[in-house]
Amino acid sequence: MKLSTKLLSATAICAAGSAGAVDLEVMHWWTSGGEAAAVTKFADAWTATGNTWVDGAIAGGGDTARPIMVSRIIGGDPPAAFQFNHGRQAEELIEAGLILDITDVAEAEGWADIVSPTSLMDSCTYDGRVFCVPVNIHSWQWMWLSNAAYETAGVPVPTNWAEFMETAPAIREAGIVPLAMGGQPWQQNGAFGVMALALAGEEAWRAVNVDKNSEIVMGPEYTAVFEAFGEARELSNGLSVQDWNQATAAVIEDTAAAQIMGDWAQGEFALAGEVAGTDYSCLPGLGDVALLDTGGDAFFFPVIDDPEVQAAQKELAALLLSPEVQVAFNSAKGSLPVRPDVDLTTVNECTQKGLDLLAAGATVPAGTQLLSPDTTTQANDLITEFWSTPAMTPAEAQERYAAIIADAD
Amino acid sequence: MTITQTRPGEGQGGAVRRPSRLFRNMSAKVAMLPLIFTAVVIFLGGTLWTVLYSFTGSGLLPRLEWVGLEQYERLWGTRKWIVSIQNLALFGFFSLIGTLVIGFILAALLDRKIRGEAVFRSIFLYPFALSFIVTGLVWQWILNPEFGLQSVVRELGWSTFTFDPLNNPSIVMYGLLIAGLWQGTGLIMCIMLAGLRGIDEDIWKAARVDGIGTVKTYVRIIIPMMRPVFVTALVLIAAGIVKLYDLVVAQTSGGPGISSEVPAKYVMNTMFGGQNLGQGFAASTMMLVMVVIILIPWAYLEFGGKKNG
Repeated sequence: MKLSTKLLSATAICAAGSAGAVDLEVMHWWTSGGEAAAVTKFADAWTATGNTWVDGAIAGGGDTARPIMVSRIIGGDPPAAFQFNHGRQAEELIEAGLILDITDVAEAEGWADIVSPTSLMDSCTYDGRVFCVPVNIHSWQWMWLSNAAYETAGVPVPTNWAEFMETAPAIREAGIVPLAMGGQPWQQNGAFGVMALALAGEEAWRAVNVDKNSEIVMGPEYTAVFEAFGEARELSNGLSVQDWNQATAAVIEDTAAAQIMGDWAQGEFALAGEVAGTDYSCLPGLGDVALLDTGGDAFFFPVIDDPEVQAAQKELAALLLSPEVQVAFNSAKGSLPVRPDVDLTTVNECTQKGLDLLAAGATVPAGTQLLSPDTTTQANDLITEFWSTPAMTPAEAQERYAAIIADAD
Repeated sequence: MTITQTRPGEGQGGAVRRPSRLFRNMSAKVAMLPLIFTAVVIFLGGTLWTVLYSFTGSGLLPRLEWVGLEQYERLWGTRKWIVSIQNLALFGFFSLIGTLVIGFILAALLDRKIRGEAVFRSIFLYPFALSFIVTGLVWQWILNPEFGLQSVVRELGWSTFTFDPLNNPSIVMYGLLIAGLWQGTGLIMCIMLAGLRGIDEDIWKAARVDGIGTVKTYVRIIIPMMRPVFVTALVLIAAGIVKLYDLVVAQTSGGPGISSEVPAKYVMNTMFGGQNLGQGFAASTMMLVMVVIILIPWAYLEFGGKKNG
């Protein structure tokens, strides 16, 4: 450990003289407009240190990108750094000793004190050692509404789920699709998770997702969730898009009234020049249960047997959490910084709501922190089958969802 | 390197010594070694390894942690797997019939000594030069209701025309089938055409003398004579069906919902997306079993019969 600390400082000196530049390949799946703008902030900051950022973007979302990353790491050709979500996705890679231990960087930089909420560091820690850098906080619990769409239909912009359901027929009559939903399973399952927390309440949600209690899934709270989800299925008819940003685009263009999507959608609104409050509205927790999950992205560094590269990896790890980089990156991405000691210079109405909730501690762990990828895949399959099979009843989906939760590890 | 071969029994100086069968054609056998090695170690070894690990609870990385038949029980209790099998059966049946019939008809038409045969042959074969990913994306656009076929026909005046297979769970497999046939028939046509060219001209003359019609000649005389060609075509088509994956990924990614999932995609998704190698291995073992079930009786009929006859 001492050696690596020495090397770290040695590299820092080298970097200052811009000698010994190291090429680091960084793999991620940030390819939409807002995301690409954000990742260049990282790249620019890294290039400024005299090193080279080799961009390894993979289009098609995390479900496409993660297998590619994993197969490269297992296959012995790892990138220097890669993005995963907070949580359990990298568990086994760490167990197998394929991920670089960056505890020394974490201690030197005092991450334990600056990263908030602390659950983010917990997700990166395995057996007391730190293996990843959380770079942002993303929450799923948002609904984005097009103000213009509600104006066209002549109804007020809803402030909770019940009002949204009440206004839906009027929206339909105006020729607007009430709810935009992309065709990929993770979007539908994500929206289901949001509705579960908002409509079943925190207690029932925790019982299911934390304690894996399948009896609660069959209980009255979740019955209401599945019924509401069935109604939401009807509301999305008339718009067939695949990617989440295409669905967001429909809300931006006012051809759809609302979308349930995480706060990364705000990057798209910003890119389109829309203003929070006037062009679009946001409802954290669907306006019912204002709790945010603290998912997001973290960077891991595979073990590469080259001291120079390892030193550069640790340098990059420290850089990703530095205050300036955090502000630049998160402003572009529409996500919240992981350190509360920085100020996002221009926060809009929606980001401010998020920051307030975060400061008040109104948070729950993210699905990726609680459920294993295996369970998530099963849930994705079920929810997407339900969403695209009109003949499948909510009760049937509920029963099968209970079975998945009962089997969850 | 020159190869001098002495036939057994033709030994020099009358000393008759039979060389061991193992050392006959030595150089050819040496040349075969890499292939033998690949077949035994990589194909057979890899297969056995996969089957072995399908009885473990391996997650992201292989682990020898026995769970018995648990992976198989879960596999057959999973709706997505059942749907995958059904889809493959549907796609396989129609793709097999469709490719053979269309391929043969195209070849027969080209064989009627038409003008510009080379041009047509190139056009029909051209899709085969594309990868499945390209084919999938091209047909995704053609079948897209807002940009493709449907909107073109609607602009021509049929404003209620609806053809949107990729967004309709009950007919999405036919959308994939169209793309699969478009890509695959060209090659089969070429193989059939080669077969047709191999038929002796005298057969046609004899048929004409006997007053047998053209269609009847094809069905009753030519096709039975082309049996080996059909077998080759069948093997090529069947291999393409079992490994169906990239077309689905490019065209529908298994959607809408899970209505166009296929077994190979199930394997990939559970192994890498779900980080559950054991489940993926169990699924791929089942795929192997299915192939073997189809292949063994066929191989027995095809090769076992010839030895006797």
